[in-house]
Formats: sequence, C-alpha cells, structure tokens
Amino acid sequence: MPVEALPRLDDAAAGQEFLYTLNFGPQHPATHTTLRLILTLDGETVVKAVPDIGYLHSGFEKLGEDLDFNQYVTIVDRMNYISPFANEVSWHHTVEKLLGIEVTPRCKYIRTILAELARINDHLLCVGAAALDLGALTAFLYAFNEKEKIYNVFEAASGQRFHPSYSRVGGLMNDITDAVVDLIRDFVKTFPKALADLTRLLNRNRIFVDRTTGIGHLSKADAINTSCSGPVARASGVARDLRKDEPYLAYPDLQSTFKVVCSTDGDCYARYLVRMEEMAEALNIIKAAVENIPAGPVNVALNDKVTIPDKTATYRSIEGLIQHFELFMWNRQWDPPADEVYGATEAANGELGFYVVSDGGPRAFRARTRPPSFIHFAVFPRMIEGHQISDVPAVLGSLNIIAAELDR
Amino acid sequence: MPATLATLDAKFPGAFATSAFRDNTRVEVAADKAPAVLFDLLKCLKDDRGFDFLADIAGIDYLNYPNATDRYGVVYALTNLATGERLFVKAFANDPDPALPSAVPLWAGADWMEREVYDMFGVVFDGHPDLRRILMPAEFTAHPLRKDYPLRGLGERHNFPTITRAES
Amino acid sequence: MALTGLMPDFLVTKLDYVANLVRKHSLWPMPFATACCGIELMATASSRYDIARFGSEAMRFSPRQCDLMIVAGRVVMKMVPVMQRVWLQMPEPKWCISMGACASSGGVFDAYATVQGIDRFLPVDVYVPGCPPRPEQLIRAVLDIQEKVTKTGTIDAREFAARSGYEGPTALAQELAPEEAIVAPGDFRTATRLRVPLN
Repeated sequence: MPVEALPRLDDAAAGQEFLYTLNFGPQHPATHTTLRLILTLDGETVVKAVPDIGYLHSGFEKLGEDLDFNQYVTIVDRMNYISPFANEVSWHHTVEKLLGIEVTPRCKYIRTILAELARINDHLLCVGAAALDLGALTAFLYAFNEKEKIYNVFEAASGQRFHPSYSRVGGLMNDITDAVVDLIRDFVKTFPKALADLTRLLNRNRIFVDRTTGIGHLSKADAINTSCSGPVARASGVARDLRKDEPYLAYPDLQSTFKVVCSTDGDCYARYLVRMEEMAEALNIIKAAVENIPAGPVNVALNDKVTIPDKTATYRSIEGLIQHFELFMWNRQWDPPADEVYGATEAANGELGFYVVSDGGPRAFRARTRPPSFIHFAVFPRMIEGHQISDVPAVLGSLNIIAAELDR
Repeated sequence: MPATLATLDAKFPGAFATSAFRDNTRVEVAADKAPAVLFDLLKCLKDDRGFDFLADIAGIDYLNYPNATDRYGVVYALTNLATGERLFVKAFANDPDPALPSAVPLWAGADWMEREVYDMFGVVFDGHPDLRRILMPAEFTAHPLRKDYPLRGLGERHNFPTITRAES
Repeated sequence: MALTGLMPDFLVTKLDYVANLVRKHSLWPMPFATACCGIELMATASSRYDIARFGSEAMRFSPRQCDLMIVAGRVVMKMVPVMQRVWLQMPEPKWCISMGACASSGGVFDAYATVQGIDRFLPVDVYVPGCPPRPEQLIRAVLDIQEKVTKTGTIDAREFAARSGYEGPTALAQELAPEEAIVAPGDFRTATRLRVPLN
C-alpha cells in the first residue's frame, strides 16, 4: 500500500524530544555519490530534510575562466558524467552562439544522434539505479548491458568510451566512420527488445510500483515555482521541452519524429514512466536521423579562424597550418565579441544552460552553468517530508541527482 | 518582448537600461537603483507579464572587465512558459557591502541559487530565509569565484593531517 | 571425497601462505565512489566485466565489512575528513586502490577545492591511471593487489607495521613558497558536523 502523506508537523514540534536527527551520507549506498541529508525523524516518518551539498565541489566554473573554449569541453564532460556528450553539445551551442557560428548540417545531425544516445544512457542508469535501490538488481544489470552498447558507439566515434570530449568549436573532433553508423543502426535494432524487457521487469512489478506510486509528489505549480525542468517537470505536467520550444541543431528537421512525454501524476512512478517513454522517443529520433545524415564536411569551412583544421589540412596546406597555429597560440585563438550570452539545450536531466561572459579573449570571463541536478535537489525536501525513511532512496532515484553536476 | 519593455518603462521610468545580443534581451538595473527597484521589477515581470519560470541566477564578478563600472552582476534568467520568451534581468552591486533584495518570496527555486551566488561571490540577498554557504565548508573565509581569488586557492586544499599505514 | 586416493593425508605449508591464499581470493571492496569513476566501478561489477570472476563482487558499503577501499573519483576539501574516517573504520588487514587520475593526482581539476592526490592524506597501494579507467584496468588493479598480498602478506599483518613512514609525495604545503603558503583559517575536519562555528 502506498503510504499516505502525513500532514507536516509545525515548527513547534521541531524541538520535541520524540524527534531525532539522522545523518544520511555523504558516503551512503543509496545516495550513489556524495549527497548528504540531515533528516529529522518522527519514528520512521521524515519530518524535515535538510540537504547538505558541496562534497564534490571542485571549482568547475573557476576552471572555465582559465581554459579556452575547446579545452573546457573536458571539464564540461565531467559535469553530468552519465550523459557527457549532452553537456558538450550544450557548451558548444552557447559558445557558437557567442561567436556567431552556424555549424554544418552533417555536424548537426551527428551531434543530435549522439546527444540522444547520451540521453538514453542517462535514463538507463537512472532507471536501473532506482530499481537497484528498491531491490530489483536484475533491471540494473539489463540496463548496464545496453549502456555498454552505447559506450561502444562513443568509443568508436571518439576513442574514449566514457568521456568522449568529441565536440569542438564549429564542429567535431573528427568525422564519424561507417563503422559508427553501423553500430548505431545495430543499437536501434536491438534496443527496443531491451527496453521491452526493462518495461516488463518494472512497469507492473508489485514491489516497485508500490514503493514509487504516490511517493515524492510534486505539483505542477510547485514544479514551475521551484524552476524544475526536464523529466521531473514533465512528470508534473509542465509540457516544456527545449527540443520543441527552442529547436536547436537538427531538431527543427526532426520535429515530426518525436513527442514530448508528459504525465500529470508528479510522483516517483510518473517520473520513471516519463523516462522510459523518453527513451523510446529518443530512439525514434535516432532512427530517423541516422538514415538522413547529410554528406559534406563536419567542420565549418577554413579561414574563419574558429575550427581546428584536420591533420591533412594542417600538414599539407599553408592555410591549415596557419589556422592551426592561430588556434593553439594562447594569445591569439578566437576573437569573440565582448558580450554575454545564455544558451540552453535539453539535456537528459532538464534544461542545461550556460551563461558565458566574454571579455573579447579566447577564454570565457565567466562560464556559469545552469545545472538541472542542483535545482532538482533543492526541491527534494518538499517531496520527502511526510514520507517514510525507506522512501528516501525511491525519491532520490527518481530525481537522478548527479553529484558532479550538483556541486560542480 | 517590446510590450514587456513598454510595461516596464511605464512602471519604472529611468530605472533600467536595455541591451540585446543574439537572441538575448537584457534589462540592466544599475547598482544605486537595484536595492529599491529590483524586487518590484521582478514581481511586475512575474505577475503582469507572465515570466513565471526563473531558469537561473548567475553571479558575475566584473573586476578588470573592460569598461565595467560596477563590480558584481547578478543575472536572473526569466522564462515565460506560455510564450517561451526569455528575458534576462541583470542587477549590479558594489563593494564594500554588495547586497540585493532576495527573490525567494517570488520563486522558491531562487533559494539555493542565491545561496550559491552568496557562497561564490559574497553578494548578500536581503530577506533570504537561510543565507548560508552551500558548496564550500562553513569555515571557509574566501569567496572563490571572485576574480581576486587565485585559481589554485590559498593552500586550503592542503590543510589536512596525513595518515600513514602503520598508524591506521 | 574423490581426491582422497590421490592426495596425501596432510600438507605442510606456511600459515602466511594459507592466510594470503584466503585473503586474496575474497577481497571485499568498499566502493568509495564520488564521481565518474564510480560509474565505471558499477560497470566493472555488472554483467559484461563481472568482477565476481576475481572474488571481489561482494561490495559492502559498510567499512567495517571490507578490506579493500576503492577511491573512485576526485576527493575535495569537504570530503577528505570523511574519506579518512571511512579508512580508519575499516578493519585490518586492508588495502587501498586509488582509481582514476583525479584520485591519484587531482587530474584535470587543478583548482582550489580538489585534493591533488589522495596519497597525500592516505596510504595507497595501487594507482589506476585513466579518466576514468576502463573496467579492465580496475580488474588489473585488483589482480595487482592480489599479487601484492601473495608476495608480502603475513598472517598477523606484520608487513604493515614496517610501513611507518609517509608514503606519498611531499605534502603540497611544503612545496609552496613561504609567501604562497597562506593557509586559510578553519578546520575542515568539522565538515560533517551539524553545528559548525559561524565564520
């Protein structure tokens, strides 16, 4: 039976003797990484939850002021480390907006496909880990099998299976080969079966359903008021998806291939269902895009001094050599306008935005991230209050808090 | 967007400047006006113009920025969920006591974002219910994203005892 | 037993050997997973790589039940006291793997908050390079620990007593020039207390 949400105790009860404080984290299996909660309990009911974060704060934004636009990709990768490529897309989307670059159609399609793969990767881990926390180990192993296939794609494309660092200003590190396209086609063929397996394991699993239905409810008004985005907001009925509302990359061409998945329940089970359906929609996007990758160059043309030329151009032509030199000398590089710009894309967790301030130099003067995990974790106390302590892992699992993105 | 700016102009004449770059429209409130005007301006945008979604609050330290007059900038990225419009409200603050009114009464989501700006830049938000450090330890004394704080810190990261194998 | 006719009735061996044999095939890791490497640690434990083949699949999140700490991911100022406490709570004999570039050296995060290598504050037995390391590399590290146990292990853990010196690189505080060594006031060992002194 789902536990009815108890009314909140008023502040007067907070000092009562029957309440006790439980420290949860920062090293705890259900938090997966380094979250910390200070729970005030009345028996097993959570009266008050105070998150304490910063146990993984490593100065990402300060590094963004020290590294140039291409170097910072390696740091951006490590923000939401389950869908690294989605972060790269967002960062370079903003930088290209600042520099005023329009990337080539081929690059748009490749970035779109890989970003959608990253989204599937993220949702798989979220669903798998949420199931693991609620005692369903099999779903976790099934999810990881599929994740390995996605890692194979990224490894074939970029050489690194986990953090591809594949995007560059004005294009990509290199073009993809036919082998990558074949891997993606294989994945498109085999993934529906795996997704169906996951669905059958969890959707009507009595324990899973009972432990997630009615738990961690977030109303639509609250979701808007607390700045939620992505699957968390969509599960509460906010039909906002930047892929539809502010189409970027190849999404304008692919509008007919996907729908925005929404629910009105706003509980953990709704968030789980939204993620499962989003995987199916992401697969539809990949399916349509992978057969329509335009031919042509993957980087914008030379002589605009924004994109790193490929090795052939560097070694065989004077223009390539000069451009390569220009882009790697610390005092030359890019020449952006001294202005500031906000760019956002729809990452797996929600609206991932960057606010880049430029002083005209090749480095950002300020590289502010809008991290969805940070904003969703701030909502956690109002979701858990009144529920039982055993619901904490269920709610945490449904929010998909990534500590590196939370703390940066 | 012009209608929004016209509304603001009618309500707060002379209190702000506007600028635009790419698809971003910005409303800039100067440091001397911000404490008095900012909250009402945000409230007007939220209630009258439908900017109901606070996407982000970004702090910026303009120390040594070319042609900058004020030191700290705080950017409120607002979104109108009905129309999808975005508007960026930028308020300035200055040393020695940078302070701005808190937006928490308007958006609950501003809570942690303002705490982060306070932690990283030392900008105080008057009226915030719980303004503590959020990312750095409570004992930390500096504000790390200020431009006069070095990238590699002042040695705080080495400030721990070492455990050897024999004694553990 | 089927082997009764083939094997002698008794074996002569060293107690150290028996202890090492048992220990090395049942290393129970304590996954101190903080960041990206933690996901690769999960990948190592799941079906494709399956660390169970090497006897280390029993991940226990209570330090009291573990003898191998895998520090996976960067460790920052607020986390160091937690890490040291978890290490001190583990029973002897115990070993430590520093997984990934961040745990071993700070990696790409040469910024104010990140510790530049956990070995400055903890004794580390095996370092795994990579950002993050592939699961095969982590399995290799477990094999290296097993080899280390075989070669140096003793039944009463005498080999640890010999490691009384500081094993890591020189503490960074000593590398700084005097004018740089302004260590901010404040004791970050209180990072997990509920009521901390206000600054």
